[in-house]
Amino acid sequence: MKAAVITFPGSNCDRDLADAFAKAGADVVRVWHKDTALPAGVDVIGIPGGFSFGDYLRCGAIASRSPIGQAVVDFAGRGGYVLGVCNGFQVLTEMGLLPGALMRNAGLKFISKPVALRVETTDSAFTADYARGQEIVIPIAHAEGNYQIDAEGLKRLQGEDRVAFRYAANPNGATDDIAGVLSENRRVLGMMPHPERVVEAAQGNADGAALFRALAGVMAGA
Amino acid sequence: MKARVHVMLKDGVLDPQGEAVKSALGHMGFEGVGAVRQGKVIELDLAATDKAAAEAEVKAMCEKLLANTVIEKYTVEIA
Repeated sequence: MKAAVITFPGSNCDRDLADAFAKAGADVVRVWHKDTALPAGVDVIGIPGGFSFGDYLRCGAIASRSPIGQAVVDFAGRGGYVLGVCNGFQVLTEMGLLPGALMRNAGLKFISKPVALRVETTDSAFTADYARGQEIVIPIAHAEGNYQIDAEGLKRLQGEDRVAFRYAANPNGATDDIAGVLSENRRVLGMMPHPERVVEAAQGNADGAALFRALAGVMAGA
Repeated sequence: MKARVHVMLKDGVLDPQGEAVKSALGHMGFEGVGAVRQGKVIELDLAATDKAAAEAEVKAMCEKLLANTVIEKYTVEIA
């Protein structure tokens, strides 16, 4: 598996994300936001958490229109795998690769703590190594993680089994407790919690490791 | 030519910041504030000299960057 992790000015989880991919056996390349093309042979793109471009205008808005942005959209359009975590999830919604939008937390506060999530589908390369309904603990760290989508879009997500994770106890006001969603082709995942922060026991738990392991497994089998 | 863009959350989209401002106003003794919605104003200096062309250009900017039309609406004033 060859993973490309993109760094924007203000990204601060890029090294963690690269490390998580590497621990799952990936060959990781780091890509700068001003690059206009991805390295050859990339299987999966990771868009990390942080505060790209200082969250100016809207979280993820400027990053989604950066030079590398179009390459990411094209890659996803060709059926490439993309994982966006936290700010990366915001970037993916701003790119239009995932529906809905991430808004200010209902309680207005930045929340940084481990939260319990329910794995809602195992039908994706990201969630295949979990069990449906399994509860996992992954940290969140965001002020704008309140997932909003219109009623019709929500119905579609639910009907197509595209809610990847739900919060066991909703921390931010997100519609339908949604913590992560999949694209229509199930190859783009955006999630507010940070699986890359819990990939080995030394980090408190390793509940996030299965996500990267599952991806590596799918790539190995492809 | 100057343009002013107003970006507001669409009706029906919850605005936690507006709610917080409303609550603070209530605590301060300002009564009768029914609703508060917070948005942003973006001012642009444009090279364009034709009003219609400027307006079309700014609308394209709104669609592509200045507003997230999933949750926001915008208006454009050209002066």
